[in-house]
Amino acid sequence: MEQLLQQLINGISLGSIYALIALGYTMVYGIINLINFAHGDIYMIGAYVGFALTTFLGLGFFPSLLISMLVCSILGMIIEKVAYKPIRNSTRIAALITAISVSLFLEYTMVYFVKPDTRTFPEVLQSKILTLFNGKIIIDLKNIYIILITILLMAGLQYVVHKTKVGKAMRAVSLDKNAAELMGVDVNKTISYTFAIGSSLAGAAGVLVGVYYNTINPLMGVVPGLKAFVAAVLGGIGIIPGAVFGGFFLGMTETLVSAYGGSVFKDAVAFSILIIVLLIKPNGLLGKTIKEKV
Amino acid sequence: MNKKLLGALSLVLILSLISGCTAKTTGNQDNGDTIKVGVNYELSGDVATYGQSLSDGVLLAIEEINKNGGVFGKQIQPIKVDNKSEDTESANVSTRLATRDKVVALLGPATSGNTKAAIPAATQNKIPLVSASATADDVTVDSNGNVREYIFKTCFSDSFQGVMMAEFALNDLNFKNAAILADSTSDYAKGLSKAFKETFTSQGGKILSEEAYQAKDTDFKAVLTSLKGLNPEVLFVPGYYEEVGLIVRQARELGLDVPILGADGYESPKLTEIAGKGVLNDVYYSSHYSPMDDAEEVVKFKEDFKARYGKEADAFNALGYDLGYFFKDALERAGEVNSEKLKDAFASTKDFKGVTGTVSIDENHNPVKSVTIIEMKDGVPTFLKKLDPK
Repeated sequence: MEQLLQQLINGISLGSIYALIALGYTMVYGIINLINFAHGDIYMIGAYVGFALTTFLGLGFFPSLLISMLVCSILGMIIEKVAYKPIRNSTRIAALITAISVSLFLEYTMVYFVKPDTRTFPEVLQSKILTLFNGKIIIDLKNIYIILITILLMAGLQYVVHKTKVGKAMRAVSLDKNAAELMGVDVNKTISYTFAIGSSLAGAAGVLVGVYYNTINPLMGVVPGLKAFVAAVLGGIGIIPGAVFGGFFLGMTETLVSAYGGSVFKDAVAFSILIIVLLIKPNGLLGKTIKEKV
Repeated sequence: MNKKLLGALSLVLILSLISGCTAKTTGNQDNGDTIKVGVNYELSGDVATYGQSLSDGVLLAIEEINKNGGVFGKQIQPIKVDNKSEDTESANVSTRLATRDKVVALLGPATSGNTKAAIPAATQNKIPLVSASATADDVTVDSNGNVREYIFKTCFSDSFQGVMMAEFALNDLNFKNAAILADSTSDYAKGLSKAFKETFTSQGGKILSEEAYQAKDTDFKAVLTSLKGLNPEVLFVPGYYEEVGLIVRQARELGLDVPILGADGYESPKLTEIAGKGVLNDVYYSSHYSPMDDAEEVVKFKEDFKARYGKEADAFNALGYDLGYFFKDALERAGEVNSEKLKDAFASTKDFKGVTGTVSIDENHNPVKSVTIIEMKDGVPTFLKKLDPK
């Protein structure tokens, strides 16, 4: 029983990272139907910005987190302007290939500049171990930080999307780009905002992962990026609560599978679930079935 | 429209294939005023610290040999290439060294995977390849048990390290219940865990569980939590420093305080950096070399290395250094610069005295030598003891 509780805690902290990255995927997809494969690499760059700020400038955790989010949001906007905007009206396969190229470009530019070696993050958050139930359950203070920051960012996102003018514009563009434009919504600006917000969440996830796992490298975004993409699809791509749900669902599944003797097949199980979900509910677990308009 | 071009291209391809086939000679021979030797290492990529350390050692040895007049009055010219820690790149650069640079022997790469990728290039071109750190059992012997004629190594094998660590756990630490957490993506970890398991169970020990992780994983808490529930006395974690550092850290965070055993993949200052000084206790691994050894040649090597590179020598530096002299020793006995004769000289090496131990090559092209057990105390590797093979 205690072990199950401990595993649930492990699963939630892993899931919150996936959820944070998945949010960016889902937002971008929701608004321009593009699977932004460079998203995992923005997360990596966020981690490196955090690393540089804490190591070389000696900044604390929270300032580094905020600056890193800012840098990533600017990077996200630049990527959108340079790489995606010119091909917005091209075929989807062209957009997809561009996204993959941007991803590789970011990875190997970083390999060139920071070398491929793993780097260790300084201890900016004191690791404090809390024990519950006579030491049977162990929670690191960092776990609590990660979960709280994730929840806070998600609540903030929910607020922006549903209560602000920008959010309204985003929802309008995602529903029908042309109609939104006719109603006076600045589509270009809205798409830029979407990239900025999504990328800043990835940047935050990067810093959190750096602090939590202590190691970063230029290819660290590949696997979490893929997993977050799976999480977004699981929950229903384009739907914000779906990404959060998918992230936690995937984190929990992976944890429980390795907990009960399946550490060898951890990823196989995660991806099998994805296939099954896609067969039964192609729009994801929280997705609505939309009838094709004729 | 493009058919002509296609035809021309395929002709070029076919011609180059044919010329590739006919280029098969009887190895490389005397070629000029210098003795060319290929130095193929992981200078960048995942395991760059191993490759860099080894190549530093090899190059120091070659510099010393050249300073003392070289071999047969000729200077040794090392041709250093980077395989980027990738199998395909390792195969490519080895072929290039053998066919274009016409080296007399190939030294390196560091890891078993990259070494195996270089084997076809060595065998097809009949150039002996010696690795100082490819510990996989099937580097020198293929899956059918046949010895690979041109492949040698100067380090002990995985199975041997697994056997020694199992004996160490049973006889020195007096533990009977162990759990294994192995990197399921590397041959290295698989070989080690198989040997550990066989020895440990055959001598009365019990393996409670065998779990796996994948290289590049960062979260091990789930599997460590479930291992903790089994209450093992000792954990055997064959793998490389990047993941092992995280595993040790997360195990200690979860209150899994049992000793952790491993092998030479732990050998890197990065292990301490990643795990953190405070938690890196009760970790033991087998190694090839310890700087605490006060034998005359070890002291001299340490001083020379420090004078040349300005830092303390680690085990991989020592292995690389030995590899350089091992090559010289065989070359002198071969009597001329001829890769075929050099191969026979490697195979007949007897009691070659290096800083990592005295090496004799056995019939499987593996060395017979002792292992050093290192204990981590607050992140500092300390010499515990030497275990001799039975």
